[in-house]
Amino acid sequence: MHYSVDGRGFYGEFGGAFIPEMLHSNIEELKSRYLEIMEEKDFQDEMQQLLKNYVGRPTPLYYAKRLSLHFNAHIYLKREDLNHTGAHKINNTIGQILLAKRLGKSRIIAETGAGQHGVATATVCALMGLECIVYMGEIDIARQAPNVSRMKMLGAKVVPATSGSKTLKDATNEAIRDWINNPNDTHYIIGSVVGPHPYPDMVARFQSVISEEMKWQLKEQTGSENPDIIMACVGGGSNAAGAYYHYLDEDQVRLVAVEAAGLGVDSGESAATSVLGTKGIIHGSRTLLMQTEDGQIIEPYSISAGLDYPGIGPLHAHLIDTGRAEAISITDAEALEAAFLLTRLEGIIPALESAHAFAAMSYLKYRPEDVIVINLSGRGDKDLSTYIKKMES
Amino acid sequence: MNRIDQMFQKKKGEILNIYFTAGFPELNDTEEIILALDRAGVDVIEIGMPYSDPMADGPTIQESGSQALKNGMTLDVLFNQLKVIRSKTQIPLLFMGYLNQMMQYGVDRFLNACVAVGIDGLIIPDLPVDIYELELQEKIEKSGLHIIFLITPQTSEARVKKIDELAGGFIYMVSNASITGAKSEITNAQLDYFARINAMNLKNPRLIGFGISNHQTFNQACQFAQGAIVGSAFIKHISQHGNALKNSIQEFVSQLRGN
Repeated sequence: MHYSVDGRGFYGEFGGAFIPEMLHSNIEELKSRYLEIMEEKDFQDEMQQLLKNYVGRPTPLYYAKRLSLHFNAHIYLKREDLNHTGAHKINNTIGQILLAKRLGKSRIIAETGAGQHGVATATVCALMGLECIVYMGEIDIARQAPNVSRMKMLGAKVVPATSGSKTLKDATNEAIRDWINNPNDTHYIIGSVVGPHPYPDMVARFQSVISEEMKWQLKEQTGSENPDIIMACVGGGSNAAGAYYHYLDEDQVRLVAVEAAGLGVDSGESAATSVLGTKGIIHGSRTLLMQTEDGQIIEPYSISAGLDYPGIGPLHAHLIDTGRAEAISITDAEALEAAFLLTRLEGIIPALESAHAFAAMSYLKYRPEDVIVINLSGRGDKDLSTYIKKMES
Repeated sequence: MNRIDQMFQKKKGEILNIYFTAGFPELNDTEEIILALDRAGVDVIEIGMPYSDPMADGPTIQESGSQALKNGMTLDVLFNQLKVIRSKTQIPLLFMGYLNQMMQYGVDRFLNACVAVGIDGLIIPDLPVDIYELELQEKIEKSGLHIIFLITPQTSEARVKKIDELAGGFIYMVSNASITGAKSEITNAQLDYFARINAMNLKNPRLIGFGISNHQTFNQACQFAQGAIVGSAFIKHISQHGNALKNSIQEFVSQLRGN
C-alpha cells in the first residue's frame, strides 16, 4: 500500500484541487515549485537553522512514567508543546514563509480557528518583516481574545470573518477570497493538511519533522525506531500527519486518529468527521466532511476550537478509508478530564486539542508491553479560562 | 438546438445575462423573478443554487444564499419550482452552483432533473477542467447541457484555447482578479485583457462578468464581448425592492441597458 500523494494530487480517491479558475495560476505556481524549492540546499539550511535556534527543535520525547503506570503501558510524549509559540503549528509556518519569500511574495494571509496558527503565522511574518493578515471568525475572535492580542502585538491585522457561522470554516472561505482578489503579491499560509493540492502534501512535509525526530529518539530510548502505536488528535490533521509521516509505510505501527465528539457523536453537536462525514468537497479538496443530503456543509462543534472543523485532510480520509488508521472520538467532558489527569500525573498542562489524544487511552486496545507515542501538539495556556471554569464547577 | 446557441445565433451583441439566487428574497420567488426578467428583455438567466460555502462568490451573493437556505431552499424544491417553467418562457436558463451540490445529489440524477425541467447550461466554478475531462465530460455532453467555463486575466493563452475547445454555450470572462461584487469601474488593465482575448477569435462567444453593475460598465463590456453578466448588483437591487419585485426588475434592466 502506498500512502503518499500521487502525481495528480490525490491520496487514493481523496484530495485534488477543486478550485475556481481565479486561483488556478496561484495554485499552479505553488504546485510546480514547492518540491524544487524545498529541496534547495540554502532553503534546507535556513529552515534547519530556524527550527533549531528559533523554534527550539528537536522537541523532547519524554517517557511519561506515572502516566504509563496509570494506564499500564509504555507511554512516550512528543513534546510539540515546547515549541516557540506553544504548538506544532510553527513547523509549518517557518517552512511556508521561507517558501513565500522564494516565490517573491510580500503579503501573507492566513486563517485561524483557536488562533494558534494565526499566532504562528504572525510570528514568522514579524521575523521576516512581511505584511500579515489573519482571517478569524467573529465568534472565535470573541472566545480566543488572548491570541487575538498576541497577533496584534506581533503586527498582524486580524480581520473578522462575518459570513456563515463566523468560525474557522468561514475564516478559510474569507482567506481564499482574499487570495482570489490578490493573485500576484500574496501567499496563503494554510494551517493544516487541508485545502487544494499541493497544500496537504506541503504542510505534511513541513510537519514531518515530528516523526523524523521520533525515529531517532525512540531508537535512543527504546532500542527500536518503531513504536507499536502513535496517537494524535485530528481536526484538519496537521499534527497527526507530522507524527505519522515517516511511519506511513511501516504497517506494524498502528496509527490512531483522535477526533472531537463534542457533546457526543449522536448529539448533533460534534466534529467527529470520520464517523459523521461523507465524501464531498470542502475548501478545494475531495475528502470526508460533515454535510447535509443536499451537500450543504454542516457546522461542527467541539469545546476545542482547533478541532472544530467540518472536514479532515485528504490524507487522513485515505488512511481511515483504507483501514491504515483507526479513529476514536472523544467528548468535551472526556477531554477535560484527561487534561487534568495529565496535569496531575506529569505536571504538564496540555492544550484541549491534545487532551483528546490522551483521553483516547481509555478506548484504545493495547498490550501492557506496547510502546505508545502520544503527540502532545500544544500547551494549555490558551485554554486556562476553560480549565479554571472546570476547577470552579 | 440548445436555447443558448439559438440565442447567440439570433443576437450578436449587448447580451444581458442576469444572475439571481433561487429562494431569495422569498422561497417561492423563483418563477416570478424569471418571468419578470424575461419580460424586461434579459437574454439569459443564471439561477444560483444557494450554497453554504460559495468560495467564488462575494458577500452579497453569499448572504442571499444563506437567506435562501434559511427560507428552505433545496435542489428538490428548486426542481419542483421549475417543473412548469418551460410552458411559460423559452429564455435560456443556466444553473450556477458548486460541485459538491451536484455530487451529493448524484451526477446522473442531477443532470436528468436539469434536462427534465429545461435547464440549458451549467456554471460550476470549482469544477476544474482536468476533473471535468476525467469524470464528467461524457455525461454532460450526452445530456445536451452546455458547460460554461471561466477565464481570468491570469489564464494563459494555451489554457484559454483549451477551455474554448471544451466549453459549450459561451465563455464566462471574469473581468478582473476579484470575486463578484468587488469593484465598480473598469480599469485600463482590464481593457487590455478584454482586447487581448477579443483578438484570439475564440469559437465560443464571451460574456464578461464580475464588477458589471451599471450602464457604463455594461457598455464597456459590450465593446469587447458579446455581452455581460450581472449578479451582485441585481441581488442588491431586489433586496431593496423585495415588495415590488416585478416593476423594480423592469426598471433595473432599463437602467443597465441605458434605455
